[in-house]
This record gives sequence, structure tokens and C-alpha cells, in this order.
Amino acid sequence: MEELLPDASFLYFCLAIGFRMNYSNRQTIALIALRIALGWHFLYEGLTKIFQPGWTSSTYLMDSKGFLSGFYTWIASHPSVLSAADFLNEWGLTLIGLSLILGLLTRISTIAGMLLLLFYYFSHPAWIGFEYIFPSEGAYFIVNKNIIEIFALLVICSFPTDKILGVERLIKRRKGITGG
Amino acid sequence: MTNFSRRDIIKGLATLPVIGAVAYGVYRRQKRYRELNRNLMEDIQVQLPDELPAVKGDRLRIGIIGTGSRGRYLLKALGYVQPESLDRWQVSAREDPFYREYLQNFLEQEDLNVEVTAVCDIFDANARKGMLASSNPDRTGTGGKSGKEPVRYKTYKELCSASDVDAVIIATPDHWHVPMALEAARNGKHVYCEKPLSWTVAETYEIRNVIRESGVVFQLGHQGRQTDSYQVARSLIRQNVLGKVTLIEVCTNRNDPNGAWVYEIPKEAGPGNIDWNQFIGPAPWHEFSLERFFRWRCWWDYSTGLSGDLFTHEFDAMNQILDLGIPHSAVASGGIYFFKDGRTVPDVLNMSFEYPDRDLTLLYSATLASEKNRGKVIMGHDGYMDLSETLVINADPQSTRYREKMDQGLIEPNKPIYSYVPGKDKVDAVTSATEKYFAGRGLLYTYRGGKEVDTSHLHLKEWLNCIRRGNGARPSCHIDAAFEEAMTAHMGTIAYKEGRRVYWDSGRESIE
Repeated sequence: MEELLPDASFLYFCLAIGFRMNYSNRQTIALIALRIALGWHFLYEGLTKIFQPGWTSSTYLMDSKGFLSGFYTWIASHPSVLSAADFLNEWGLTLIGLSLILGLLTRISTIAGMLLLLFYYFSHPAWIGFEYIFPSEGAYFIVNKNIIEIFALLVICSFPTDKILGVERLIKRRKGITGG
Repeated sequence: MTNFSRRDIIKGLATLPVIGAVAYGVYRRQKRYRELNRNLMEDIQVQLPDELPAVKGDRLRIGIIGTGSRGRYLLKALGYVQPESLDRWQVSAREDPFYREYLQNFLEQEDLNVEVTAVCDIFDANARKGMLASSNPDRTGTGGKSGKEPVRYKTYKELCSASDVDAVIIATPDHWHVPMALEAARNGKHVYCEKPLSWTVAETYEIRNVIRESGVVFQLGHQGRQTDSYQVARSLIRQNVLGKVTLIEVCTNRNDPNGAWVYEIPKEAGPGNIDWNQFIGPAPWHEFSLERFFRWRCWWDYSTGLSGDLFTHEFDAMNQILDLGIPHSAVASGGIYFFKDGRTVPDVLNMSFEYPDRDLTLLYSATLASEKNRGKVIMGHDGYMDLSETLVINADPQSTRYREKMDQGLIEPNKPIYSYVPGKDKVDAVTSATEKYFAGRGLLYTYRGGKEVDTSHLHLKEWLNCIRRGNGARPSCHIDAAFEEAMTAHMGTIAYKEGRRVYWDSGRESIE
């Protein structure tokens, strides 16, 4: 395993351009499977919101708890801010999903995805005593599925695969960069 | 120009089919919900509440009798609030989003083109507050420009005969409603009277006759007439969405002193600033009592108890939705079980009203010592409707109407199938799991759209519209609806007091 560990911090991996790494086949498959599963989830969530007439995040936002709840209810109670939040949500999820599946601009989309999930997380933090209208199906303390998905995106950000399998591979070729 | 190898192209676009798979999922989901929606909505044509456009006309001059908390609330609904209150709301609005919205809604509330020219209250402090509110047409805080001050009258008779009053609002204790409404109508003034219509059975006939003969526009203060979901409920039930309705359950659940009418007594109040003789009026004599003056709802001497005070709201809602009219008979039971504070009206009351011609029972159950919310439920053979600000219809597992759809898996028994949320321009077929979950928890939705309109404001507006329209135009809670409300409530009260079944003789129009 040792030779596969990144030789700089995660941040470096997220920001480094043209980073190159050698993965074993099994590792490549695992990373790509994770990337596509995440993309699938984002895309499906985004598209179902876009196609559901009258969808709004209002109820979800109004149900916010924790130290930022005032901010979320503020969004929900201002129609123009709310419609902007709804729009960004719908298309943010959709574009991040497309990006992860296609392997295009995944560095940007994984960072955007992490921010979006953090936005969700802080609206409904998993804290003892916080109960939400729509109950969670499991037991969570601090770490919930949003946190897991944030770290999953961090993995994809840190171990890019879009130049191996994805549109970035074609872009890289077009630019005449060899490798892979 | 770079030439891509076949390997590059395959590896570059290998994941494209995944998008197709996700899109297929979205397509299937949409198809399923469209189908559910179509199947549920195919027979339904919902009459949605109409906007209430203001009728143009001259500025109407209002006289108000009773400027206690309810009277001042009605002044607010007309656009008049005392500057000190606005100052307070402004301070609270800085911290509290509730007050921010409350204040904003008030400031944006439509101008009804009225002025308050006359105020009458027999407690000086309330009269003063009413005067201050009435002379604040610009809705400003202290330091703002104040308008013309209304005249304060010491008696309602003087107010009713004032030449600069076109219409009278009555927000006094129950025992005064009819005498004041009679006086106003006989003076040719239009009347908006708080509920219930009457305190005794006998005066109920008299006020109906006088209102009919005088031709004034009368509105009883059941602002629930303006609740969108009730209007939608009426439309849905007329389309037989619930099947045959046999039982309606309405309730009151409160559990705090204020809800049990144990109101604060102002420190400054005393015999020197309260006209006690005028308060007593048609009631039996009693020596001066601050409790009785401020907590009058607790004594039959001035009040109509739970039946007149709170059941009437529920009854009027159901009468609006189902055209129930006066029941055939009533039984009642209850007692003073929690607030043993000297009151004579019960704090727990259960009443059952029979409508054999309609094959249904209206059940009312109330306690002032538990907040367990039981809601309003209209129960039919095919489904039941939960009503509040929102409306949810659930399918009955044994429904005949929905049998086929349940068998096809298009409807889940005991799950919401339709919902209506105020401010939305349609009734929704409830299809997805999340919608089913949220349908019964509609209150959060009232924030949607951000703007809540005060139903009392709309109810007053409807009354003013009818006055301006003339030609015998009647508002929704007209004198005949009010007569039904009062007689039904009296039947319940008599059944409770006398411990017997009480009947309505529809031919003679009398309670037997």
C-alpha cells in the first residue's frame, strides 16, 4: 500500500493540476465505481427536483436546527432568495452529477459537491437532541450520510480518475499530453 | 490536430451510458407519478378560492363598540394600530423573524378605504387605546403624523345614532351583541358583529327580523369563512371525494389560563374607570367585580360558554363546507373539572348533534386543560378529510369508490391522496413517499410564499364590499347563517344545562 499513498497533503491533490498517479487495476476500478456512484446519486437527485413541478427546498430549510438555522430560515422566508437557492440546488446537483459520471472537470465539481453537502449538513446537523420533521432512518452522531459523502468526494478529488476513464482523457490527448 | 485512438475514445466516453441509465430512472419515476396524478385527478375539478377584489366606493365611516383585545385586533385588520404597538413590533422585528413578517404583513395589508370616526368602550384605558389606533391612518409609530381623532362615546346608543357613522363593529361580551346590533340596525347602520350572534334564544329571532327588515348589511365575525382550505373542502366534498359522510368530529383543545379565559387584569382598572352599570346591561345584577369584567367568558351571566364561544367557529366551518343548517337534536355533557375558580361555564364539554335527514352526526369535544390536538375530521365511506389551514384527504381501506385504484396499487389505503396548502393554486394528488409524509404536517408550508393574509381582514373586506355594492348584496356569514350558528349553539348549551336531549322543531323554528 505504501507506494500508493499520496506524497503530499490532500489539499495538494485537490489543487494540483495535471497530477499523475499510478493505480493498480483494482484501485482504479474502485475509484471509478465510487466516482460513478456519487455522480449517479447527484444526477438523479438533481433531475428529479428539476422535473418535479413546484419542488422547493422551503420545508427542508424551515426545519433547520443548530447554530446556522437562522440563516436557513432566512433563505426560506425570502421568496427571491429561496428561488435562487432552489435553482442552484437543482442545477448544482445535476451538473456535479454529470461531471462525476463523465469524468469532466471533476476537481471543480467535487469541491462544489463538498460545499453543497456541507450546506446541507449544517442545515440538519446530526446532534443529540436535534429531531427533524423527516426522521433519519438510522442513528447518527456528528457523522451522518452527508459527512460520509463529503469524504467520498474528497477521495475522488484526491485520487482523480477522469484522465484514465472520462472525457478529461480526450482533452488531455487533444492538448498533446501523453501519459496514462 | 490530435488523432484519438479507439482506446482513447472508448475510455473517454465509456461512462456515457451511465447518464442514459440515470435518465431512464428519472423517466420511469416521472411516468409513474404522472400516471398516479392523472388517475387521482381525472374526476376532480376543484373550485379554488376566488380573489376578493376590493369594491371601489366612498370612504366608509366606522364606529366601533368594544376596543378590548378583540376589538383592537379588528381595528388592525382595518389598518389601524396604535403607534406604541407599532413601536413595540418594530423593536421585536429586529430580533424575531416572526415579528418581522407580522409587521411587514400589516404594513402591506390592503387599504380598505375606511376611517374610524367613533369609538365606544366602557373601560377608559381600552377606549384610549382604541382612539389612538383609530387616529393612526398612516400606520406609523410614535412621532408619526396622527390623523383625525374619532369621537369617544360613553354609550353604544349615542354611537349608533351618530350621523358620521355608516357602519358599526361590535366586539363586546356576548350578552351585549344583540342589543347593540339591534340599535345599530334600527339606526340604519351596517353591522359587523363578533360571534356568537346571540346570548339568549329569544333575542335571536328578534335580531334576524330586524336585520332582514332594515336591509342593512350584516356580517357575523366568523373569519373562518375566508379560510381557503374550507372553500376547497366544500368543492371537493361536493364532488363526492369522501363518499357518504356520516360523522364529523370537531374539537377545542387548549391548556393555558389565557385559553381558559383567565385574562390578565390591568392594574389601573377599578370602579372609577369602568362603567359597571352599562356592563351589566341585560345580565342579572352583580356587584362590581374585576374578575367578572375582564374574565366575563367564565360566567353564563355574560357568556355563552364553550358552545357559543368556541364551538361556533367549528360549527360555522362545517356549515360553510356542508350546508348543515340547524340540527334535528342535541345532547351534551361535561363539567367544571379543572378551572375551579368560581366560573359557572364548563371547561370540559362534549356535544353531539344529529342530522337524520343527512344521515350524519356532528360531534364536538372540548377541554380547556389539554392541548392534545385532535383537529377537524370529516369522515366518509370512501375517505376522511383532515382540515386545518391545510387540507389532507386519506383513502379509506374499505372504500368502494377507490377499490379499483387500491387494487391496482394506484392508491394506498390510509395514506394521503389529495392535499391542499394555502397559497398554492391547485389541489395536489399526493403521490411520492415524501409528499405523503409531509402532507399531514402541513403547517410548515404556511411559510411558503411568505405572505399570510389575515382572515379577519378579508372578512371585514367582504362586508365592506357588500356595503359598497348595495342592492341587497350579502356577505358569506349573513344573518341566516348567523341564526343557524346561534340556534345550534343554544341547543348544545340547553342540552348541557338541562341534562336532556334537545330538539329543533323546524316548522315552528323553535327549540323543544
